Amino acid sequence: MKKITDILKTGRILVSDGAWGTFLHKKGLQSGECPESWNLTHPELVEDIPHQYIQAGADMVLTNSFGANPFKLQHYNLSDKVYEINKAAAAISRRAAGKDYFVLGSIGPTGVILMMGDVTEQELYEGFKIQAQGLYDGGVDAVCIETMSALDEAEQAIRAVKENTDLEIVCTFTFERTINGDYRTMMGVSPRQMLEMTQKLGVDIIGTNCGNGMSRMVEIVRELRTANRDIPILVHANAGKPLLQDGKTVFPETPQEMAALVPQLIQAGANIIGGCCGTGPEHIQQLKLAVKQYKKV
Amino acid sequence: MDEIIVKLAICIERGKTNKTSPYPPDLREQDGADELAKQAIEAGIDANRILGACMQGMQSIGEKFAKNEAFVPELLMSAKAMNAVMVHLKPFFQSGSVQRKGKFIIGTVAGDLHDIGKKLVSMVVEGNGWEVIDLGVDVSTDKYLAAIAQHPNAIVGMSALLTTTMVNMEKSIQAIKAKYPATKVLVGGAPLTQDFANKIHADGYAPDPQAAVKLLNSYVA
Repeated sequence: MKKITDILKTGRILVSDGAWGTFLHKKGLQSGECPESWNLTHPELVEDIPHQYIQAGADMVLTNSFGANPFKLQHYNLSDKVYEINKAAAAISRRAAGKDYFVLGSIGPTGVILMMGDVTEQELYEGFKIQAQGLYDGGVDAVCIETMSALDEAEQAIRAVKENTDLEIVCTFTFERTINGDYRTMMGVSPRQMLEMTQKLGVDIIGTNCGNGMSRMVEIVRELRTANRDIPILVHANAGKPLLQDGKTVFPETPQEMAALVPQLIQAGANIIGGCCGTGPEHIQQLKLAVKQYKKV
Repeated sequence: MDEIIVKLAICIERGKTNKTSPYPPDLREQDGADELAKQAIEAGIDANRILGACMQGMQSIGEKFAKNEAFVPELLMSAKAMNAVMVHLKPFFQSGSVQRKGKFIIGTVAGDLHDIGKKLVSMVVEGNGWEVIDLGVDVSTDKYLAAIAQHPNAIVGMSALLTTTMVNMEKSIQAIKAKYPATKVLVGGAPLTQDFANKIHADGYAPDPQAAVKLLNSYVA
């Protein structure tokens, strides 16, 4: 299969998938249950998620492995199943994607902080390494190290993938707008600092996900693109900031509202566009349509 | 005497835990919170004033955090420095010669494993002179109720990071209010808003740790 970056070089804008966590809850995942354990117990329900995203027009799908690191799985007494759960996650998405669509293995943060001495760099590295090997053996085309906020943790994840697989690496950080109007992660990392670190380590595609609706993503992408003209940029935007309606969490941005900002996002410099929390197949369908229409202009 | 207290407050604000700590680089080789607290006690300085230095340092960093001039790492380092002082103050809390403002029970709601935000709030609140009972993550309603039964006058704090778990706050608040109508419940977490807090009948919403301190202090003022 071709590399994602090869396709991007032709100037094509690719569409990624939408949310997994919120989708799993819709399918009956109970609050407090380990989402990634479903790869072993409910593989057919998990497979329907990438299946629906591909039906909706996604060129790539992620995997149900966001929290499948030893540190998070420990809470569910599953820390000895890291490899197995990741391999299953990759295999499930691979089945749904077949040979024609990309599968990106999801690697999320561990929730432990290096600078507090909760964990050593070596322990983090080893945890990400098992995760990367499981995803690789399950058949992913690339990994997506996502929702990162600390440079040192992301660095260990990138090294673990780079030194143990030959997969393309996507790395996304979650930025929030400060009251001064600039963007930082909760650990204080600016888009430029993230760019510097990922470039140093040879990450293939960088990006931003979660935390923000489409309009702020346009600003973040603009900042990244201003700092680097060439690096491919992926965006996984939330469907806005969640609200509570009748006891349920709802995301306010409609598929049409999100899609309306696609031209701005592409002009800002985005190369791959998809969704994060609160987005579903309808959002991806509209994003795809907007990407197609943009090309006709 | 006063010099130690001033230095101690600076060490807390800057996150200088002890002499061997390499952070922050410009205070390398200097005494940190640990050494200064010990010196202060040996010099016979009132433990209340030592706690006061902690409060001042934590308030400064908490205010910077609220203004996005400091971020999670800086706040964590300050809290670490503060913890070093708390070790020295423990005997004074136990003997009652230093009084805390009250008790604060905190936990991350059921289904949510996120520790960092809750930890930050608990550390800043403790540094402001409150006794903190940290119930950990994925805290069930029963666990909150049991903790309130054990600490009847405590104020409760709930944290959530996930949009899928923030709704669990409402259930826990309902159960707490049904059994302990006088107990105040504060909520916080990245996806929350004041509007959400109002809808789930929380007594207060804190967008950052320093805001939680302000709310708590308003209840005992």
